[in-house]
Amino acid sequence: MQLAKEVKYLIHKEVLLEWRSKYTINGVLLYVVSTIFTCYLSFVSLGDKLTWNALFWIIMLFASINGVSKSFLQETKGQQLYSYILASPAAVLISKTVYNTLLMLVLTTIALGFYTLVFDSFTPPDLVMYYIAVVLGSLSFSTVFTMVSAIASKAGNGGMLMAILSFPIIIPVLILLIKLAKNAVDGLPWENSYDEIAMLLVVNVLMVATSLLLFPYLWRD
Amino acid sequence: MNKTWWKILGSVLVIYTAIAGLLLGVPHLAILNETIRNLYFHVPMWFAMIVLFSISVFYSVKSLSSKSEIDDIKAVESVNAGIVFGVLGLVTGAIWAKYTWGQFWSFDPKQNFAAISILLYFAYLILRNAIDEEQKRAKISAIYNIFAFPMMVVLLFVLPRLKDSLHPGNGGNPGFNSYDLDSRMRMVFYPACLGWILIGYWVYTIRFRIRNIENKQQHN
Repeated sequence: MQLAKEVKYLIHKEVLLEWRSKYTINGVLLYVVSTIFTCYLSFVSLGDKLTWNALFWIIMLFASINGVSKSFLQETKGQQLYSYILASPAAVLISKTVYNTLLMLVLTTIALGFYTLVFDSFTPPDLVMYYIAVVLGSLSFSTVFTMVSAIASKAGNGGMLMAILSFPIIIPVLILLIKLAKNAVDGLPWENSYDEIAMLLVVNVLMVATSLLLFPYLWRD
Repeated sequence: MNKTWWKILGSVLVIYTAIAGLLLGVPHLAILNETIRNLYFHVPMWFAMIVLFSISVFYSVKSLSSKSEIDDIKAVESVNAGIVFGVLGLVTGAIWAKYTWGQFWSFDPKQNFAAISILLYFAYLILRNAIDEEQKRAKISAIYNIFAFPMMVVLLFVLPRLKDSLHPGNGGNPGFNSYDLDSRMRMVFYPACLGWILIGYWVYTIRFRIRNIENKQQHN
């Protein structure tokens, strides 16, 4: 119960900090919107549904790397020490992951809205399924990137290392997500997507479990 | 003799498979024909790679608790040896694919996923280069290694099952599954796997010893 209390408190802290500055959410939002707009201006119209789907996930991938990597990279050494004194490592990791998932959910929802508004020729017929894919995507991006950003921040050189370390890990997840989203774009019946949903959930559980096991070793300097 | 028997066994097995693999009879299957012999040279590379990467994860776990430099060197050297086998696996597969599928890179799921899993280990090596302090490097790279291992398992064993592959035995292609792999091929294939695993392990122990001596010289 101590853990639940700590997690709740830490999430509250994260949200409060974000609410005061509104830097990450607005920054990443502007990033997504301008990327989508740039794509719109350069593509003008997308050839087919496949490209529509792939482009959306590529934009989301880069936006989420930028958004989530902030979680550990932007904290100063002092701030990290302070939260480590107050809370257990598991609580720190869980709170960051949950907060990042919330952040990504808000972000991807807005991004999806804007994306379908701009590229309106291929709006998926099965929007509910597509939204499920988006939710699972936010979840997977935040579980993987939170841990990798913790590793990258400890290694002490931010941006490039973050991309190198996280891409090979996220590619399999991304392949599953694109497959799932493609099912929704094609308007296939839901039975066809259960495999991918189950796989994504299993991969997420796996990632969270290994992160929880490893993080206590990582944060101790 | 006590320590060298497995090295001799490994060498004998590899020499045997090189000769027997090219000379012994093989079943004649459509598309594959004589290229089925590549089974003896391509597939054992992946077995050796996976064994070496597993050794690496084992020592990464060990180095997290023991904090000894030896374990860290063992982990990185087995990754170095494993990457060589992974690249050899890709190359033998690509050459075979050129003559069977028509292209070196045929966008086959197994090919792509194997390439990505090797990227994972290149990332591991780059992460090591990025950190100067030795103990910190040992700890952080061990953590990344353990974190990445389940993903490699997903990449190599789970995801290819969800997709149709051009590989023999998948998607209705004639292949080396239990039905087709007759006893003549088993006689060469299993020794080949064992032989290459032993050779891989040997390469790793040599690399480890060289690195260990270099380290000792630096400290003196």
